[in-house]
Amino acid sequence: MVERQSPLEPEYYPGSHGNFEHGVDVILSETRPGSILQLAAWPGEEKRLMSAIYKATGLALPDGAGGGVTDGARSAFGFAPGKFTVVDEAEGLAAAFSGVVTPAIGTVTDLSHGRTAMRIAGPKAEWVLAKFFAIDFALPAFPIGAGRSTTHHDVFAQIQRTGADQFDIYVFRSFARSFWKALCHASEEVGYEVQ
Amino acid sequence: MLITCPYCGPRDVIEFTYQGDGNRQRPQPSSQDLDAWNAYVYDRLNPAGDHNEIWQHSGGCRAHLRVVRNTLTHEISSSGFARGDHKAAARHKSEAKS
Repeated sequence: MVERQSPLEPEYYPGSHGNFEHGVDVILSETRPGSILQLAAWPGEEKRLMSAIYKATGLALPDGAGGGVTDGARSAFGFAPGKFTVVDEAEGLAAAFSGVVTPAIGTVTDLSHGRTAMRIAGPKAEWVLAKFFAIDFALPAFPIGAGRSTTHHDVFAQIQRTGADQFDIYVFRSFARSFWKALCHASEEVGYEVQ
Repeated sequence: MLITCPYCGPRDVIEFTYQGDGNRQRPQPSSQDLDAWNAYVYDRLNPAGDHNEIWQHSGGCRAHLRVVRNTLTHEISSSGFARGDHKAAARHKSEAKS
């Protein structure tokens, strides 16, 4: 495989930044998953696609809009009716779906090189994200594993909650550096660490 | 103005794109009925009150929605999928009806 370059690299400064004298309240990182796939079911085929995801990844998606699940290495969540994002730390996940998601069920699109994944974690993660997106980040409204699709200005973002105070954000690669810089600026007031 | 997407829940109008009047009846593509085509392209009810509209949640799940908006107050009295076959996936069904 070709070695993938991070679009964040010129603006990626590991270490503590901003107002961190009283502690670091969010940790920002790029998760660099090997595979980011988008799966879409034809109308009426949603259940079969969800069982195909289970067959290929072992992730059992819950019913309902925006439902998702994560096991650390692999994550999946619904982001639109009948559409799911499936992520794996390892490369080559698309191959695991060939033969499982048949043309009668739906489609698999490999976006591994088209999206950049960032993680924001820490006690102020909800606070910082609430400055970007007009959605409810409270745990009861946005449970662990669940996904949301929304926009920050015109930057489309898919967000999955992967922990009580941890979110993974998927943005277009071409917008990623700009979004990353905005995320760093927004985190300055609470003190942030880039890992 | 908030529009309740049946999939995503209540979202700001900035995430949505107006896709036009929801009352239009498109004639069959092969139709030669010029009056019907004229009505489809030009005739609008332009009500002062509830109006059927098509919106797309372009900054979210990208689904097309059938929305009833009051043109005087911007109150959204109902919203649902334009295609209407994803009812099982709707999380905010009760809110969508309110």
